[in-house]
Amino acid sequence: MWKFLLPFAAFVALVVLFAFGLNPSRDIHALPSPLIGKAAPAYMLSDVLDPARVDSNADLKGQVYVLNVWATWCVACREEHEALLAISQQHVVPLIGLDWKDQRDRAKQWLEQLGNPYQAVAFDADGRAAINWGVYGAPETYLVDAQGRVIFKYISPLTQEVWVREFLPRIAAARREGA
Amino acid sequence: MKRLWLSMALLVSLSAGFACAEAAESVDANGQLQDTGLQNRFEAITKDLRCLVCQNESIADSNADLAVDLRQQVREMLIAGKSDAAIFDFMTERYGEFVRFNPPLETKTLFIWGAPFLMLLLGVGIIYRIVRQRSRMPVDDEPATGP
Repeated sequence: MWKFLLPFAAFVALVVLFAFGLNPSRDIHALPSPLIGKAAPAYMLSDVLDPARVDSNADLKGQVYVLNVWATWCVACREEHEALLAISQQHVVPLIGLDWKDQRDRAKQWLEQLGNPYQAVAFDADGRAAINWGVYGAPETYLVDAQGRVIFKYISPLTQEVWVREFLPRIAAARREGA
Repeated sequence: MKRLWLSMALLVSLSAGFACAEAAESVDANGQLQDTGLQNRFEAITKDLRCLVCQNESIADSNADLAVDLRQQVREMLIAGKSDAAIFDFMTERYGEFVRFNPPLETKTLFIWGAPFLMLLLGVGIIYRIVRQRSRMPVDDEPATGP
């Protein structure tokens, strides 16, 4: 009896393992963020478009918001820009940009040419704020709830589909909880 | 005599104080910490931290922009007098356990640390069964008969 059952069990275990490990839709470089459920790291940075203005996420307390980490050197960021513009048109949540290790004039040019989806764009020239958020590759998008806790992180370019599937339900849930 | 000792002690403590202040500031052009103790710790720590951009390299080896920034972060924390544990905690809080090549033994990491021993046990079990089966077989001393 065992002679047949054991290889069969091993086979089933392998199938489960491969179904997970070789799944083409799984991004093998995406890592779970240890920040989930914890307070969003505070930042105070000058604004890309208006250097005299200070952008801080302390101003956003009490609101659910989205923080999108991007840079002009990031090819995938250009890819997602269209989706960001469409998302900002929906006015669901404030969309905040964190311009990571970039040049201000390039960033300005980018926003002028391609359109600006952000309510504010913080300029993280030395990448310190990004380190605090655990950023390791742009684009990354964080969802923060009204209590200032990070509730979700998405690595890879945003698309309309991802927005509807991953973000909208979480935003609705966060608002229900906060209300 | 007593006065001489006192002044000598003062001199020694003063120069020690200067040495510390100097070490705290000096990073040479190659980014080496002038204090060898700190530099050794710097090398050990950065070898144990994974560069998350090219996930199989340590931040000591990687040329990725993020690795450069994280090395700088480690350097500054060392100069500020932070302990190794504090630096690893800083990184783990931000990037997760995966950032460490040598994750600490915890309930979460028990399996990865225990897996080699489990495999060993499994292998020993299999060999034991095979050997026992063979020892039960009749001994075949007759020379093989030709065709």
